[in-house]
Amino acid sequence: MATYTLNINGKEMQVEVDPSTPMLWVLREHLQLVGTKYGCGIAQCGACTIHLNGVAVRSCQLPVSAVGSQEVTSIEGLSENGDHPVQKAWLEVDVPQCGYCQAGQIMSAAALLKNNPNPGDAEIEGAMSGNICRCGTYVRIKKAIKLASQSSAS
Amino acid sequence: MAVSGIKTKIGRRAFIRNTSLASGGLVLGFSWLAGCKMTPEEVDNLPREWFKLNGYLKIGDNGLVTIMSPNPEGGQNVKTSMPMIVAEELDVDWKDVIVEQAPLDTDAFTRQFIGGSQAIRRGWESLRMAGATARQMLREAAAQTWQVPVEEITTGAGMLVHKGSSRSVGYGEMASVAAKRTVPDEAPLKNLEDFKIIGTSRKNVDGLKIVTGKPLFGMDTEREGMLIAMIVHPPAFGLKLKSVDDSSARNMPGIRDIFTIKVFNEGYEKMFFDTRTFNEVVAIVGNSTWEVLQAKKALKIECEPIESSTETRDRFGSKWEQHTPAGLESTNEHFAQMAAMASKPAEVRRRDGNPEAAFKRAAKIVEATYTAPFLAHNCMEPMNFFAEVNGDKADLIGPLQKPEFTEQALSERLGIPLENIDIKMTRLGGGYGRRSYAHWLVEAALISQRMMAPVKLVYTREDDMTDGIYRPAYRATYRAALDANNELIGFHVNAGGIPESPLEENRFPAGAVAHYLAEDWTIDSNLTVGSFRAPRSNFIACAEQSFLDEVAEAAGKDPIDFRLGLLERAAQNPVGENNDYDPLRYAGVLKLVKEKAGWGQQQEGVHRGVSAYFCHNSYAAQVLDMVIENGQPRVQKVTCTLDCGIVVNPDSAKNMAEGGIVDGIGNAFFGELTFKDGVPEKDNFDRYRMIRMGEAPREIEVHFVKNDIDPTGLGEPTFPPIFAAVANALYRAKGHRYYDQPFLGRDAISG
Ligand code: FES
Ligand code: FES
Repeated sequence: MATYTLNINGKEMQVEVDPSTPMLWVLREHLQLVGTKYGCGIAQCGACTIHLNGVAVRSCQLPVSAVGSQEVTSIEGLSENGDHPVQKAWLEVDVPQCGYCQAGQIMSAAALLKNNPNPGDAEIEGAMSGNICRCGTYVRIKKAIKLASQSSAS
Repeated sequence: MAVSGIKTKIGRRAFIRNTSLASGGLVLGFSWLAGCKMTPEEVDNLPREWFKLNGYLKIGDNGLVTIMSPNPEGGQNVKTSMPMIVAEELDVDWKDVIVEQAPLDTDAFTRQFIGGSQAIRRGWESLRMAGATARQMLREAAAQTWQVPVEEITTGAGMLVHKGSSRSVGYGEMASVAAKRTVPDEAPLKNLEDFKIIGTSRKNVDGLKIVTGKPLFGMDTEREGMLIAMIVHPPAFGLKLKSVDDSSARNMPGIRDIFTIKVFNEGYEKMFFDTRTFNEVVAIVGNSTWEVLQAKKALKIECEPIESSTETRDRFGSKWEQHTPAGLESTNEHFAQMAAMASKPAEVRRRDGNPEAAFKRAAKIVEATYTAPFLAHNCMEPMNFFAEVNGDKADLIGPLQKPEFTEQALSERLGIPLENIDIKMTRLGGGYGRRSYAHWLVEAALISQRMMAPVKLVYTREDDMTDGIYRPAYRATYRAALDANNELIGFHVNAGGIPESPLEENRFPAGAVAHYLAEDWTIDSNLTVGSFRAPRSNFIACAEQSFLDEVAEAAGKDPIDFRLGLLERAAQNPVGENNDYDPLRYAGVLKLVKEKAGWGQQQEGVHRGVSAYFCHNSYAAQVLDMVIENGQPRVQKVTCTLDCGIVVNPDSAKNMAEGGIVDGIGNAFFGELTFKDGVPEKDNFDRYRMIRMGEAPREIEVHFVKNDIDPTGLGEPTFPPIFAAVANALYRAKGHRYYDQPFLGRDAISG
């Protein structure tokens, strides 16, 4: 066990955990931020996607000991009231079915648009290729990303 | 508002049992607030008092309405569409409606379950009556208060109006009086043309919670003092636990206890959904998921072969014998066994005319064999459940599809009476049939009982995939006899599977061919199988619709016109009695897809496949446009038509249809679970390939056939036919037929 002071969603938070504990479980179990989801634990499904200094990473593969003072953003910190352009586009297009994969999808999409505000189809497919949706909402996810891209441009 | 008096067939019991508060009173417990911080305006807008009119709804003194959504929500959007039906008949404005997930309550609600695309179909009448009877009570209350005949009271958007005396009042103000009235036996229902909510697109009521990451799923359950549990099961089907070596695992940090549990007692007669192979598993209980995971890796178990056994199972009152053979099974042997069975005499399920003679005099015979492997459900949320068993009380929270069936197994195993068991349903991170078999709920409860603590049992992805209740492996051989004029005169299907047959002998083209033979067989297995998004149909639709494509080609006919010709025969002069489809509705979706897809127009480099199917009471047809990019097939567009009766929430219905199509294309391309000596050869998404965005269609268009038929299923009907649309388009793109799933190779691994 070791104590870590983390910078999560703009706040300093302290946890006492084993250094090997992935951020996924630190967020979910130690900080009760359960929006970040467990889907595979091996960086294959994207359900656990968070931002580390604004870059999308799989939190199931990120040990707490590697985080240091870097900025961690989880779905709960993407916006104050669910009004990030990507979240708004998701609601507008009514993307989710079961919804389980969607926080990860949104975090991947938000990181993509931050880097590349106007991505083409192939760029969207590339950036989203790490996120699985068993319910099959891909067509809507792509539509929502394009909508968010337009609305943040205007 | 025009009304039609319809007496409720379901009786008052459904509404009255749960209305101890119907005499008026304060209803507490705002569970819909949990997890959400309210804005000051929202707090101001809260009613001071709620009045419950029946088990489905309560009305606040300010006119807000809370509608209970009886069925578990797993992505079919029933939590939005079912309350929409209640709100329609209650005649309120949708913006004044709050939706709450109802707990399991078999007295108050009927059929609280997901499966077979049945929720809306079965719920339709009771949901309408729930709204209509409450509206009637409000009208009676107004009539009584104003001393006017009830017939003169009209309603609209949550208001009660008496035109003659120019009086009007909101539902909220009349709710306390209405709640004191008895629930009427009869209540007028709206005419379909007066619908204001049904048939309009309403957004997912949980949308904001989903996109902001609020706790909604079973995995998100958290309680004071809650422990985490995981299981360890034998690595191969055909093995059982012999001994456990927990010497290193037991002393690892955060570990509370390690013990074995038996899911069902010996001699217990399992019901339909009590399927479980590994009856004895090891439970590891600790403080946190990560710590339990480490101990799970350190735990050693020794296993031994099972003996073959036969047990009596109960299927909703009728008994059947389930035979479980010993042995370690492998995929290669499975396919060889199926091929061998196909050449033996099989069980005849339907025979029309004289098929043997028809084949003898045929000018041309077309024959093809189709196979498909086992599939894992791979719900994105792995199996999990929360349990707190305290003396003779058990509280359970989590995702499951058929709570009322699981409750009984639980009661029997824990020795706790049914009425002391409370099951609360969370949102399901996918179900697709897997969460009907809720053995993990029993496991969670047993672990909690032993630990005397609240426990959340979590399956890892690996457990979820290797301890599955799989879609069976199947095989079907079709033969068609064409005469010299290329008319289809004989049809023969021989189908089977491990351990279940996929045959649906009374479906199309039965009824359209004079000489018809359908026969099947099964092979016992110790792999556990169960429902998987449109069970059986999800294979047989592909085989049948691929075959009809091949037969149409052999007959020199357009594949849509060929099917329409057969359907016309079935409509005008059907063969046999039990034809399990309506040929006119079937033809309807085909004609609509022909028009909407612009069938017959060739586009350079676009290869089109068509398919249509009827299952779960709905009809679907699809045209799939495929292109080849960098040597790989890519679905450019799918045009889909659906006849599922009245569409309650059109945009959400489209979302479901799109999902079935994408999921189907993924499984057709990649879906496969193979076994070697009883061991599932894939245990996570690095080996089990799932469809990703770059492989999904670029565009999906969904069109509904408009009619006044009561709504039918949506979660499943687009899934089975799309497999054949893929196969038929692949044939045109690649020049050879695709018979064996998955079509893009047995060893495709994602990059
Ligand atoms: S849980 Fe991290 S990628 Fe799947
Ligand atoms: S919405 Fe269910 S997995 Fe994506």
